[in-house]
Amino acid sequence: MSSGGDGDLRLGIVGAGKVGTTIARAAIAAGYDVAISGSGPAERIALTVDVLAPGARAVTTDEVVRYADIVVLAVPTHRFRELPHDLFAGKVLIDAMNYWEPIDGDDDELATAPAGTSIVVQGHFPSARVVKGLNQLGYHEFEEGRRPSGVEGRVAIAAASDDRTALLEVLQLIDRLGFDAVDAGLLEAGVALEPDGSAFGVAYSSSELSDLLWLQERSA
Amino acid sequence: MTTRDIEFGLNSFGEVSRDPSGRLLSEAETVRLMIEEAVLAESVGIDLFSIGEHYRHQHVDSAGHVILATIAGRTERIRLGTSVTVLSTQDPVRLYAEFATLDAASNGRAQLIVGRASSTESFPLFGFDLADYETLFEEKLDLFTRLLRDQPVTWSGTVRSPLTDQFVRPAIAPGSIPTWVGVGGSPQSVIRAARYGLPLMLAIIGGPPSRFAPYVDLYKRALDQFEHPRLPIGMHSIGLVARTDEEARAAHWPYWEAVMKLASKERGFSVPSPDQYAAEIADGALFVGSPETVATKIAATVRTLDLSRFDLKYDLVGLPQVSRATTIELFGREVIPRVRELLEDEPGLSDDRLAAANTPGSHV
Ligand SMILES: NC(=O)c1ccc[n+]([C@@H]2O[C@H](COP(=O)([O-])OP(=O)(O)OC[C@H]3O[C@@H](n4cnc5c(N)ncnc54)[C@H](OP(=O)(O)O)[C@@H]3O)[C@@H](O)[C@H]2O)c1
Repeated sequence: MSSGGDGDLRLGIVGAGKVGTTIARAAIAAGYDVAISGSGPAERIALTVDVLAPGARAVTTDEVVRYADIVVLAVPTHRFRELPHDLFAGKVLIDAMNYWEPIDGDDDELATAPAGTSIVVQGHFPSARVVKGLNQLGYHEFEEGRRPSGVEGRVAIAAASDDRTALLEVLQLIDRLGFDAVDAGLLEAGVALEPDGSAFGVAYSSSELSDLLWLQERSA
Repeated sequence: MTTRDIEFGLNSFGEVSRDPSGRLLSEAETVRLMIEEAVLAESVGIDLFSIGEHYRHQHVDSAGHVILATIAGRTERIRLGTSVTVLSTQDPVRLYAEFATLDAASNGRAQLIVGRASSTESFPLFGFDLADYETLFEEKLDLFTRLLRDQPVTWSGTVRSPLTDQFVRPAIAPGSIPTWVGVGGSPQSVIRAARYGLPLMLAIIGGPPSRFAPYVDLYKRALDQFEHPRLPIGMHSIGLVARTDEEARAAHWPYWEAVMKLASKERGFSVPSPDQYAAEIADGALFVGSPETVATKIAATVRTLDLSRFDLKYDLVGLPQVSRATTIELFGREVIPRVRELLEDEPGLSDDRLAAANTPGSHV
């Protein structure tokens, strides 16, 4: 669906907070039809979506999943386990979450995940095609970093997944949202995109980011 | 048309200072310094002195209300607030009792900002789970606003024992202790402030303040939707005022850099470069410079965000006493009058918009 003509570009977003509404805005600007949800009924986020991401439709999480084949997961990291295991069956699920102890509290499983927290997320949603991405920049940096393709100094964002087809779809999405897309390889390599990872929180160019990820892999 | 009425505050996180010889003050000395600084703040015409709530190394603001009570006894006019009270890990009944008492002792000068704060040490310290943050804040805000507005209170929830027809003393005139909600950018917090009909305090500590304009819009529209009147919007930022821009930067940068180094380690982002620092002063959230520079920037931000309150956080771990005193003096004597002058005869934006909001059909 996402690779079709402009008329049927669809993106789903679960989580209508800072990150969810920021990604929604970028996707609307890129020509996507966007459906977004919070933890409750659609009415509860209607005004937020209307003001912060006009053009996106505020719906329930079940409706988001029915609506789109690519879904961004942008709920607080300490809450993703509230969602049912099979919710995203067959969907490309972009894990935009970061684990920060000062925000999410103690979470042994996430704190000690040697291959990154997206592996834990994949474990929770075994039938989803998890791609790690869109987590790497703060929401302000994301908002202000968007540039059309080919513009000098465009910022790069990487994505990682064990599912190559899913990964390619997400790389294309990243490019449309306004960033150079960098293939970070397998899901476990996504650990470099997390807080404390070498690629976190810095606006790199695509060559810088590729080099960095390559070095990281070699030293792993 | 009316001139915009703005409240100017000074805010401390209880950060340890150093004396003229360069010696770091003890924590007790820093507590006493804050009291002297609040007295100074009143004498130079600052409207409000507020204290944060932290439980960390080199911050002595763990019991700010006790410091505020001492200041109350030394001053007559300056309002006494918090910035911010970590409501989620406090008992609302105890908090009410303390602030109603402070209000009585200070003859009606107590106020608060409640919020999450960016540091979360109080959760493990008092035995709360950060993962329960939302529930704790929501329920406690509900109980706290009821205690402030409508006693006796009958309340039940999951975060503390229920209350039945409970009065808590001393009594206050309903709603007379201003209570703001501090937010850092999450839309659900903005909507919550509007839902409770509480004024909004934006913590703007990085990047251009204009980023917050959509949240201001969201807040106003949410107030309309909940059928509350227009309420004040304020902001809090970090700053330092000196005679010249150069002096201000030279005095500020080493301490700001040190704080950012620490924060970047905790949060996993990179340390800002001197260039980024300069950009933060030029277009971002740092109010560092001469009185004219800082006043011009405040006035512009007041217009952009339709503000009725501006709080300057003046302390930074290790920052010498003399820089703090200079900031307070220049902020009170020069910056505040200059901002008022710059905004003089400016149409009260809020009034215009209020009129627009009352026009039938202008809001759906
Ligand atoms: N802030 C950043 O700059 C940044 C950058 C990169 C990545 N991240 C990551 O992105 C994620 C979201 O962060 P944020 O800053 O956007 O948080 P936020 O502002 O608190 O927003 C979280 C959103 O998720 C919703 N939500 C909570 N539980 C849900 C559930 N079970 N189902 C559906 N929606 C639910 C909340 O809605 P309700 O109000 O209805 O509960 C809220 O709209 C976090 O994992 C964070 O680590 C953040």
